[in-house]
Amino acid sequence: MFTGESLRGLIYQLAAAAILVLAVWFALANASANLSRTNIATGWTFLAEESGFQVGESLIAQSPTSSYAYTLLAGVVNTLFVSAIGIVLASFLGLVVGIGRLSGNWLIARYASAYVEVFRNTPILLQIIVWYTVLRGLPGTRQALNPLPGVFLSNRGLRVPAPLAEAAHPWMGLAFLVGLALALLWARFVRRRQARTGQRLPGFLPGLAMALGFPALVWLVAGAPFRLDMPVLRGFNFRGGADLSPEFVALLAGLVAYTGAFIAEIVRAGIQSVPRGQIEAARAVGLHPGAIMRLVVLPQALRVIVPPLASQYLGLCKNSSLAVAIGYPDVVNVMQTTINQTGQAIEGLAVIMAVYLTISLSIAAFMNWYNRRVAIVER
Amino acid sequence: MAATPGAMALSAASAAQALDQGGRPPPVLERGVLRWLRTNLFASWWHAGLTLLGLYVLVAVLPPFWTWAVAGASFAPGQAGAEACARAAGACWSVIAEKHRVMLFGLYPYEQHWRPLVAMLLWCALVLASCVPSMWRPSVLAPLWLAGGAACLALMGGGVAGLAPVANSDWGGLPLTILLFTGTVLIGLPLAALMALGRRSELPAISGIMTALIELTRGVPLVTVLFVAAVLFPLFMPAGVNFDKLLRAQIGMAIFFACYEAEVIRGGLQAIPRGQIEAATSLGLGYWRRTVLIVLPQALRIAIPGIMNHIIAAFKNTSLVIIIGLLDFLNATKASLVDPPWQRYATEAYLFLAVVYFLVCWAMSQYSQWLERRLADGRPAG
Repeated sequence: MFTGESLRGLIYQLAAAAILVLAVWFALANASANLSRTNIATGWTFLAEESGFQVGESLIAQSPTSSYAYTLLAGVVNTLFVSAIGIVLASFLGLVVGIGRLSGNWLIARYASAYVEVFRNTPILLQIIVWYTVLRGLPGTRQALNPLPGVFLSNRGLRVPAPLAEAAHPWMGLAFLVGLALALLWARFVRRRQARTGQRLPGFLPGLAMALGFPALVWLVAGAPFRLDMPVLRGFNFRGGADLSPEFVALLAGLVAYTGAFIAEIVRAGIQSVPRGQIEAARAVGLHPGAIMRLVVLPQALRVIVPPLASQYLGLCKNSSLAVAIGYPDVVNVMQTTINQTGQAIEGLAVIMAVYLTISLSIAAFMNWYNRRVAIVER
Repeated sequence: MAATPGAMALSAASAAQALDQGGRPPPVLERGVLRWLRTNLFASWWHAGLTLLGLYVLVAVLPPFWTWAVAGASFAPGQAGAEACARAAGACWSVIAEKHRVMLFGLYPYEQHWRPLVAMLLWCALVLASCVPSMWRPSVLAPLWLAGGAACLALMGGGVAGLAPVANSDWGGLPLTILLFTGTVLIGLPLAALMALGRRSELPAISGIMTALIELTRGVPLVTVLFVAAVLFPLFMPAGVNFDKLLRAQIGMAIFFACYEAEVIRGGLQAIPRGQIEAATSLGLGYWRRTVLIVLPQALRIAIPGIMNHIIAAFKNTSLVIIIGLLDFLNATKASLVDPPWQRYATEAYLFLAVVYFLVCWAMSQYSQWLERRLADGRPAG
């Protein structure tokens, strides 16, 4: 009889492990039998072969002669690109709307809550498809909408003017880094001086002036070079400028509008979680409004905001896989084409999963690090 | 934000005091509508500017929207509707009048549409009944769902009581969406409780397997889980064994849902004081009895807001089955728009869809808030 608790535990564990091993073995044995019956290759050699298809758009130069591995990389870059821009825009939108919901202005607060309710309560896939339908329904390039000079909105997507690369740009980047380092040194000096003498010098504005002033100076010294590549209609399509495809714009709009609504709620909850008494007490000890926000409200609000914000960022990256529904060539879309051509579904899905797990774990690790930084150390 | 009652009472009291001392009544701006306008819309120059901007947007958007959606819109169904739409300056709601059968029921045989309709209504009645906290007892819910679920599936599938059989590859539209949603929740919630318990198990092998399963699933998008269910699962089965696609998708969605829900329930489990478990153990209750009778009821109650959030997400996520080709509400609508005369009016059809999804999700979120308030009052959950 198995009376001992530990013996019973051991048996349960052995049973669980045995079931797992058997299930995996069963699945793999069946898979290899099925694959050999249908003459589908296994292994990773297909990655080096020529892919034979061109992805719709890519930040890296890809062509049908590129290998599957390189084509896949183009998909990964697209996923990262749309996710990164989406995270920045959604955070900004969420911050504005979240503060708007708490506004003392009745009308603005109503607008903000209407936005949150509508976009939070409809499926993101439907939103993406609606954006895409609307964009595809726009007039053709010859009758393109022209809301601002140089900005054209047509059924071929969005065309915007783009600044041309100049010789001074790398130098401006270098100057920015130097300015940033000086600003950080200045902030440290201000902090130490306040600790030593109790007097506080302005820290933020001089720092900002250094970080932005140095590149501006370099730009002026270089003769203020600035040329815009304006889109112009040539024949049936535009030439010049930066081109954003309808697929990209629709996916980005869907991701930003949907995630922004959730982030707005997180920001609102974070700000509301700081008790009024904290702000009143800070005012009573004589802190000025900026210091109250920086030293009292934000540290406590961020503690509430960061963990759910991290999961929203993760959700945005994962939702970018819905690109497959409208044909934006993200990693899932590229892999789906690859699977259709090679039949190697197991390898293909393993790659997709590995990519997303890497993205998820990286964001989780970064946000955990940031969360530890903003966490308030309690007794 | 509306003026707080405290501030109102205060200003009324000071007004009365001012009158008692022979002072003047408060200026007209301190009372009634004007006061509300001043505090809520024109508190400062900045707010006044924002308000004017907001009003301008309202004035700029509403009349054209009214013209598009109502005044200039076409509502007639059929061929006449298609012609009216081509002439109309506004929206073409005719597309919904014309295509609503396909949008709502997909490929289901036309003469049999009453069956999914009745099944859907029955299904909704079951869901509504389950929302009442006093029904939350296994002795009530289990037979209710077994009987109701069996009746719905029999209605949809046929083959009994003289109903013509309809293969589940022909099921579609809103009933399929609701079926996938309730199936996900019904399979997923018990699974989630088991996974959460497994992850917190003191046996390293069990908690290790569960942690790996939960974290791996949460790290990938639902799209990949659906691909695994649609593409990989048949590969892993012996030749000749054939699970149908709907069931595979349903199980994939349920596992995905369960992994998220397990984390919410684990949070609830962690909030239960150790003393509760020790007290139950000292009364001689074994693991399962103390879990089912003492720990889980308290943990689930704490976790209700999070559980509801993921249930709402599960409803929205049913739309993703479009990617593996099931004809849910969204995909049936998309398919119905292939018809050339109606292709141009996709926006109208999708707006109708958005309204339906919005109403369902909004109702669920209102219910969740009601439940939260009720639980905060300390009333029994059921």
